[in-house]
Amino acid sequence: MTSLVSLRGVSKTFDSGTQAIAALDLEVRVGEFLSLVGPSGCGKSTALRIIADLIVPTTGGVTWPEGKPEIGFVFQEPTLMPWRSALDNARLPLELKGIARGDAEARSKQALARVGLGEFEKAYPRELSGGMKMRVSIARAIAAQPKLLLMDEPFAALDELTRQSLNDDLLKLAREDGITVIFVTHSVYESAYLSDRVVVMTPRPGRVAADIAIAQPQNRSAAYRLTSQFTDAAGKISAALGHAMAA
Amino acid sequence: MKNWLTYTVPVALGIAVLALWEWAVAHYEVPRFVLPAPSAIAQSFVDDHAQLAAATWTTFRIVIEAFLLALVTGVALAILFAQSRIVELALYPYAVILQVTPVIAIAPLIVIWVGYEHIDNALLILAWLVAFFPILANTTLGLRSADRNLVDLFRLYGASRWQILWKLQLPGALPYLLGAMKISGGLALIGAVVAEFAAGTGTATGLGWTITEAGNRLHIETMFAALAILSVLGVAIFFLLSALEWALLHQWHESAISRRE
Repeated sequence: MTSLVSLRGVSKTFDSGTQAIAALDLEVRVGEFLSLVGPSGCGKSTALRIIADLIVPTTGGVTWPEGKPEIGFVFQEPTLMPWRSALDNARLPLELKGIARGDAEARSKQALARVGLGEFEKAYPRELSGGMKMRVSIARAIAAQPKLLLMDEPFAALDELTRQSLNDDLLKLAREDGITVIFVTHSVYESAYLSDRVVVMTPRPGRVAADIAIAQPQNRSAAYRLTSQFTDAAGKISAALGHAMAA
Repeated sequence: MKNWLTYTVPVALGIAVLALWEWAVAHYEVPRFVLPAPSAIAQSFVDDHAQLAAATWTTFRIVIEAFLLALVTGVALAILFAQSRIVELALYPYAVILQVTPVIAIAPLIVIWVGYEHIDNALLILAWLVAFFPILANTTLGLRSADRNLVDLFRLYGASRWQILWKLQLPGALPYLLGAMKISGGLALIGAVVAEFAAGTGTATGLGWTITEAGNRLHIETMFAALAILSVLGVAIFFLLSALEWALLHQWHESAISRRE
């Protein structure tokens, strides 16, 4: 598979003296769903921000063999503007890119419909539940038709049922649009369910501790969570994480 | 029921106090240069209506001008502060010094500099000085309080500084600004009246001057009339700005959401 982005010897030390990541090597392939799993403060978020070019690494570099694609970013919080309706929030990326208003509106309407919020275009964030706000946040990310989606523990604050339904919707969207996803999570089970590949990171300063490929069935559902295939994958990730923590 | 009481209870209390006041002044034969009866004050509204109307207009005009000037300069300087840390570091201490120096102490100096022939301008400057700081301080805080992740998102999509300011920082600072406007509206009125007191009996002809003049001549009922007008002006400014706040925020801001919702 062709490489979309690679990090070589990336490290980041903040002004406060905290070293978030040290000598991180990471290769992300076109079309894969990659999860970064690791303990709190192991630099997962920092790695995502370096890939998005929001933070400049202290050493090392990020290369894009096929050129830098359109990138979407979803944060742990929905991060919506409370003074804008769902539609106007989803429209933001297109607006900032200077896309004509009519076109931008049509595309963001479609994005909202795809995350199941077609009826809530005019609703303000305060009128929406936590899960719905996160859906708006995802609609905003996909409205700009990214090739790479960076997600920083997006579902950590949601209840289990909402989280599972968002997991399924996310998989569907990523598959339909051929989006490469880099997904940061604390949850072993979430990473086992979603990912084609899981990279386990060490405690701070973060580096790669294990790289686990997972053979996933195309269609995953609630029943899949009960199969031995799923529990084996979760077991492998969990063991690697335990090993990384002990090292 | 509750809404109905909100208005009737304070009004009934007001009428009762006025009636008691009227009765007490007559019964104890209080001289009118100590405490005039409400009826005498009402008579003053009729007798002095031309002078009171002119004074009200003068004060009102200065308050509005000073408030609008404070709004424009306060927001403009706050935007400058939010764009440049150096500018903020350089100017903020002086803004604080201006704010903490009592306006009554600066007033004579400003009056001398501007000159008695342009006393309105001196009043405008003094009222502006008082009204300006809350707008500057709150708007600066509001502009700095933009969600860090949203700023990152704007940068990810290549937004310019101008776009971040216009689409993210300014709307986010609006609740802070509107709160400051309610404070500054009242302060502009206080500033204008205090400035008139300090200017003395020059060419100033506002409500502050009316109170001083009427006091000198022991026209206590005229003092009360001017005082009543000042209170009404202050309350009107507060209600107008509260209405503006509601109009701009009720759709999205937490402050405007009722608890029962």
